[in-house]
Amino acid sequence: MTFALFAEQLLNGLQFGVTLFLMAAGLTLIFGVMGLINLAHGSLYMVGAFACAAVAAWTGSFWLGLVASLAAAAGAGALVELLVIRRLYDRDHLDQVLATFALILIFSEAMRWLFGPFPLYLDMPALLQGAIILPGGIEYPLYRLAIIVIGIAVAIGLHLLIARTRIGMRIRAGSSDREMIAALGVDIGKLYTIVFALGAALAGFAGALVGVNQSVQVGMGEPVLILAFVVIVIGGIGSLRGALIGALLVGVIDTMGRFLLPQAFMLVMEPSAAATTGASLASMLIYVVMALILAFRPRGLFAPA
Amino acid sequence: MKKILAAALFGCAMMAANAAFADPVKIGMITTLSGGGAGLGVDVRDGFMLALKQSGNKDVTVIIKDDAQKPELAVQIADEMIQSDKVQILTGIIWSNLAMAVVPNAVGQDIFYLSPNAGPSALAGAKCNKNYFNVAWQNDNLHEAMGSYASEAGYKKTFILAPNYPAGTDALTGFKRFYKGELAGELFTKIGQTDYAAEIAQIRASGADSVFFFLPGGMGIAFMKQYAQSGIKIPVMGPGFSFDQDVLGAIGDAAIGVKNSSQWSKDLDNAANKKFVESFQAEYGRLPSLYASQGFDTANLILSALAKAKVTDADAFRAALKAADFATVRGKFKFGNNNHPIQDIYVREVVKDAGTLTNKIIGVAFKDHQDAYASQCKM
Amino acid sequence: MTREFWINGVLALLLLAAPFIALAFGESFYVTLATRVAILALAAVGLNLALGLGGLVSFGHAAFFGIGGYAAGLLAAEGLASMPLIWLVGAVVAGLVALATGAVSLRTSGVYFIMITLAFAQMIYYFVISWPTLGGEDGLSLALRNEFPFVNTLKPLNFFLIAYGLLLLALFVFARLRASRFGAALEGARQNETRLASLGIEVFPVRLWAFVLSAMITSVAGALYADLNRFVSPSMLSWHMSGELIVIVLLGGVGRLFGPVAGAAVFVLLEFALGGLTERWQLFLGLILLGTVLFARGGLLALFAGKARHG
Repeated sequence: MTFALFAEQLLNGLQFGVTLFLMAAGLTLIFGVMGLINLAHGSLYMVGAFACAAVAAWTGSFWLGLVASLAAAAGAGALVELLVIRRLYDRDHLDQVLATFALILIFSEAMRWLFGPFPLYLDMPALLQGAIILPGGIEYPLYRLAIIVIGIAVAIGLHLLIARTRIGMRIRAGSSDREMIAALGVDIGKLYTIVFALGAALAGFAGALVGVNQSVQVGMGEPVLILAFVVIVIGGIGSLRGALIGALLVGVIDTMGRFLLPQAFMLVMEPSAAATTGASLASMLIYVVMALILAFRPRGLFAPA
Repeated sequence: MKKILAAALFGCAMMAANAAFADPVKIGMITTLSGGGAGLGVDVRDGFMLALKQSGNKDVTVIIKDDAQKPELAVQIADEMIQSDKVQILTGIIWSNLAMAVVPNAVGQDIFYLSPNAGPSALAGAKCNKNYFNVAWQNDNLHEAMGSYASEAGYKKTFILAPNYPAGTDALTGFKRFYKGELAGELFTKIGQTDYAAEIAQIRASGADSVFFFLPGGMGIAFMKQYAQSGIKIPVMGPGFSFDQDVLGAIGDAAIGVKNSSQWSKDLDNAANKKFVESFQAEYGRLPSLYASQGFDTANLILSALAKAKVTDADAFRAALKAADFATVRGKFKFGNNNHPIQDIYVREVVKDAGTLTNKIIGVAFKDHQDAYASQCKM
Repeated sequence: MTREFWINGVLALLLLAAPFIALAFGESFYVTLATRVAILALAAVGLNLALGLGGLVSFGHAAFFGIGGYAAGLLAAEGLASMPLIWLVGAVVAGLVALATGAVSLRTSGVYFIMITLAFAQMIYYFVISWPTLGGEDGLSLALRNEFPFVNTLKPLNFFLIAYGLLLLALFVFARLRASRFGAALEGARQNETRLASLGIEVFPVRLWAFVLSAMITSVAGALYADLNRFVSPSMLSWHMSGELIVIVLLGGVGRLFGPVAGAAVFVLLEFALGGLTERWQLFLGLILLGTVLFARGGLLALFAGKARHG
């Protein structure tokens, strides 16, 4: 194993972590402010990817598609919040789980109704195509580097939004004391709709970015949804910093596990068996890590007080 | 005079056909019409129903139900179709794990099962059954063809990967069965995985001269897109599943030039196929896929057997199925001892034809190929 | 006698009568459907113990359901085809797994508990799907239905009666437990943890044992499910299955004795009826579930029998 390969895998882990962060940020924001557990977050991710693919195919411009993904996911989020989610804030988590589970079924079939059963085509803009050579001789896809940069930019942007702006102040107030903020004369219903739409837009944005690299199809949000939950639970639900660190941790551990475990088994087993055994354990690895972290810190690494 | 004679002959043929068709026949189709894998089920169904429509046969009713790719649901639907709807023939299942759940039990109850897609090794070998006919392929076949092609193309160090589940391990076993070079690496990925950066990095570092992968559905689309942008120039090959009409559009130009194996192709030169491709396009407004061709062949096989024998006369009907006396879109088709196909398998290349991505045949990997499990079948 | 008591009685009799009526009309398929209802209801009774009485929202009960199923598949492959033995082995293994995972999970609460139970179930799911000897995604087939002393289990009606009998037994255990000191402690812990602690009752062991017992009941249902379908597959362990079990409990009514029975009946019939009507049945299933949560709080039994007396 060369240093270049090891470094490339670390970069891959980082990039995977950053995409998970885009999903997890919205999820943790929504939970932090409204106390809502939203299984349908993966569906909003799917909506973003489909909107991007459809608009990009129609106009020929990926960038317009990206804008469309933000608009469609935010719009779908706001609509769902007004029609359904709004009635769930004062319910227990059980009702929220069931209602948003139902939303997954509805979204999936609705998308299939609209776009048909076949995967959609979505390609990256010409600007970001190809690979570049990094210092140390690592050849790395430009698009993946772009995702890392975008993800970090979004993290900084969200931090500034929450720490420095009026709406951010209200969001912070909303997550620490709900009665207080209502007493201050803030329209809490509107605030909640905005926060939910913001979280949805982040998910849709992630869906569009990842859709370029993957397959835009019904059900694409579910695997990443579960990973995003793992991320926010490790990081501490409601904490943006926790979501970022949890996402990077999960991204790097998962990637390195897939890479290193089969090689480790190769030292003691014949290649085919090592490949299957290593792959089996690698697929369980992040859940083991999550269980270990929660065993020692039951509220995650950075749970807000 | 000729015309009259032809008309008379035609009339006789119709009467003979009517005599055999007289009994109503019920076919149950269990297939995947919802969720991420729906595209395959839709194609099988559309191909099947097109053949039925063209036949004009009014005595056949088809009951279609969605299994949502859940094995438990497929079993429940099979029970319902057998016990409640009293179907005589079942077909439609796309996935091997669902076939393993449904088929042994259905054929045990003297129901005929014709597989339009899945061909798990157990059903071809030790668990073969006289009432189970596979009209597609045994699961290993297309991978074996690619293994044979890789050797012929002179590849010496191939990197192979597949998801870590039975069809995946079977795929790599099938490839290795006919591949003579050495392996640059062998990897099993997580099922449903969508990010292949780690695997692609390993391929790059392995010094391979070619890559063989089996990643069905969305997994393959994701892999191909990410592989194309990684800048690696090592040639890729795979079974036809990853490069057929249902997914090519989603992969895009990244697929151009990729070699893949299939028992069917849109440009196969025979009359039945030309008519099939044309009429499928006219009926549904899209190009048919491998799966559609298999659905179409399955229906025509059933119709050909029904023209010869009543389904209630199980022995005669079974013999009529086994004769495989129908105009297949593959050009030729016959069954081996284990009721699995003995057929040619082609090597295709993905090309862009008038703006649409599609496949064209560039060679033959196997002539009259039979699966490796036939000898284990005591039938 | 309360109204709920009579409704429960009617439900129990209806489920028992359904297969006999079906057979009288020669529709043997409905016996299978009724068996499916009984088995899913049994699994949900197990979940209801943790979720309804204890307030422990486990999003990972599919793991225990699947453990029972794989016990049936693996033991049958070894030639140990006796149902009671399979149930015992499945329940012991599921109980031990629940003891270990519960000991970690119960240190958390709220959303963390939901998610950590999900994570443990996913761990088991990925283990089973990728470990070669467990049959991977294909699962394991059962050549014949497993045996029960003095009963021909191959007859659908007999198999239904076995499942139904176990369901009644589990309901009896649930009812007795709810009325016991243990049940009172469990419900007390759900409603007011600090008050219970001030009474000198330790909450953790009460919850842990409830979780273990809940897992054991669900695993027996899993073993029956494997026998009903004549195979086991990893989809029994998937998070969708966990979700469906929660849906069943909620549809019927959380914490109610017969909630799981009503929920399972409605869920199976909906899946069956909608699946026959349209290929977009999942859309309508979603809409119906959503409607139930939003407008029929407390589940179906609350609609007919009024709000639960504890809750």
